[in-house]
Amino acid sequence: MSMELTLSRPTTRRKVKVLVAKIGLDGHDRGAKVIARALRDAGFEVVYTGLRQTVDQVVAAAIQEDVDIIGVNQHEGSHVYIARKLLEKLREYGADDIPVVMGGSIPVVDLDVLKNIGVREVFLPGTPINEIVDKLLRIAEERRSRREV
Amino acid sequence: MVTRDYVLNLIEKAGKGDRRALGRLLTILEDVNSETAWVVEYLASRSRGAHVIGITGMPGAGKSSLISRAISVLRGRGYRVAVITIDPTSPLSSGAILGDRLRMQEHATDPGVFIRSVTTAGLLGGLSLSALSMIEAFDALGYDKVIVETVGVGQSETQVMNVADTIVVVTMPGAGDDVQALKAGVFEIGDIYVVNKSDRPEASKTYEYMLFVAEKGEIGRGGAWRPPVIKTSSTLGMGIREFVEALEKHLEYLKGSGEKELRLSSRRKMLVKLLAEKIVVDSLNTIAEAELSKLQGNVEGFYEKALEIARATGEKLVNLRIQ
Repeated sequence: MSMELTLSRPTTRRKVKVLVAKIGLDGHDRGAKVIARALRDAGFEVVYTGLRQTVDQVVAAAIQEDVDIIGVNQHEGSHVYIARKLLEKLREYGADDIPVVMGGSIPVVDLDVLKNIGVREVFLPGTPINEIVDKLLRIAEERRSRREV
Repeated sequence: MVTRDYVLNLIEKAGKGDRRALGRLLTILEDVNSETAWVVEYLASRSRGAHVIGITGMPGAGKSSLISRAISVLRGRGYRVAVITIDPTSPLSSGAILGDRLRMQEHATDPGVFIRSVTTAGLLGGLSLSALSMIEAFDALGYDKVIVETVGVGQSETQVMNVADTIVVVTMPGAGDDVQALKAGVFEIGDIYVVNKSDRPEASKTYEYMLFVAEKGEIGRGGAWRPPVIKTSSTLGMGIREFVEALEKHLEYLKGSGEKELRLSSRRKMLVKLLAEKIVVDSLNTIAEAELSKLQGNVEGFYEKALEIARATGEKLVNLRIQ
């Protein structure tokens, strides 16, 4: 079955491209790297921009790489502030059609706050990786069906 | 479906500095096929003579960090710089981690710098076709230096390398002796050799090896150019100016000797070849997909079957028209 799948895959099918970012002073990148590797294993193209990025750097990278999704991983409590800044910047650059998802040490009470700001999906601690992969695939496919390219 | 108006609009916007438009244009070029081949042609006809620099060398030699340092110097001289970094696709999952960009993120917000990562995904020259098409875009949009970074293994990457104006081979201390360096392969093709991480022990030894290889051997691609060997350290910022100076000198040499035009010509020839390859492979895949799905159980007479598919592909190609 998998053999036939490989054979029938058109050469032009583009992979889902995800930017994995850590913003600000947060130095805990183990989680981001685990996610990056899991997404790679699921067939995603993962752009990893490394630690201590500014919001501007992340937006610039997302635009230059023309990614399908921006994934932000935060572990030091600034996720609400960062999400607000990030979505503001994306709007400023006319790139707010790129969905933003977040994960890391995020308390349940902030879930609605983040969604109201415009964060598309929040992955709380303990979310199975398969679930993250499935949701990202669905978000990317839905977006591509709306976009011209 | 990518319409002509949509693409022309992107190109116009990108020309005015809209980076989002350029990002999208590159996505189209990354995946170029017979329907979008005209975009490459359109861009190529607007070439402004960019200096295409290929940077290759083993993984971990510090290519990305060296490029990041070089970008600072090039920007200081007023050049607009584009970087295409190529990372391997996993043969197991066909996914990829694009990590070269991480070393250059300090330049992400500089409006005179544009960095794009691509993977080695794609069949038969697919990678080279993407990279070559992207080079044409950056060239047409006025980037002075277009840097292509690859791990330098695999044929398709060599194809990209071979059509760069200036080829830089990066090595590092402890990466093997002069016999390693004498072996056929990547060390034959350099216009400039760099011993990076020269702050490390044994750097001078590696430098001597490279000097021997560059001076005594019939290395390089002929002509009067003698490939220099430069010691750099991205960590200390050492040798970066000398490196950029060498790039400039080589460009001068290319222009003075008329070789620049030759290299542009071979770049375009490679584009034609890779596009032809792409057209054939795409047609083949469509037909093979339909034919192979009919096969059940123990497949016999497969040479006959293969010929059938090949002939059907040929027939399909005969009827193909330019849109």
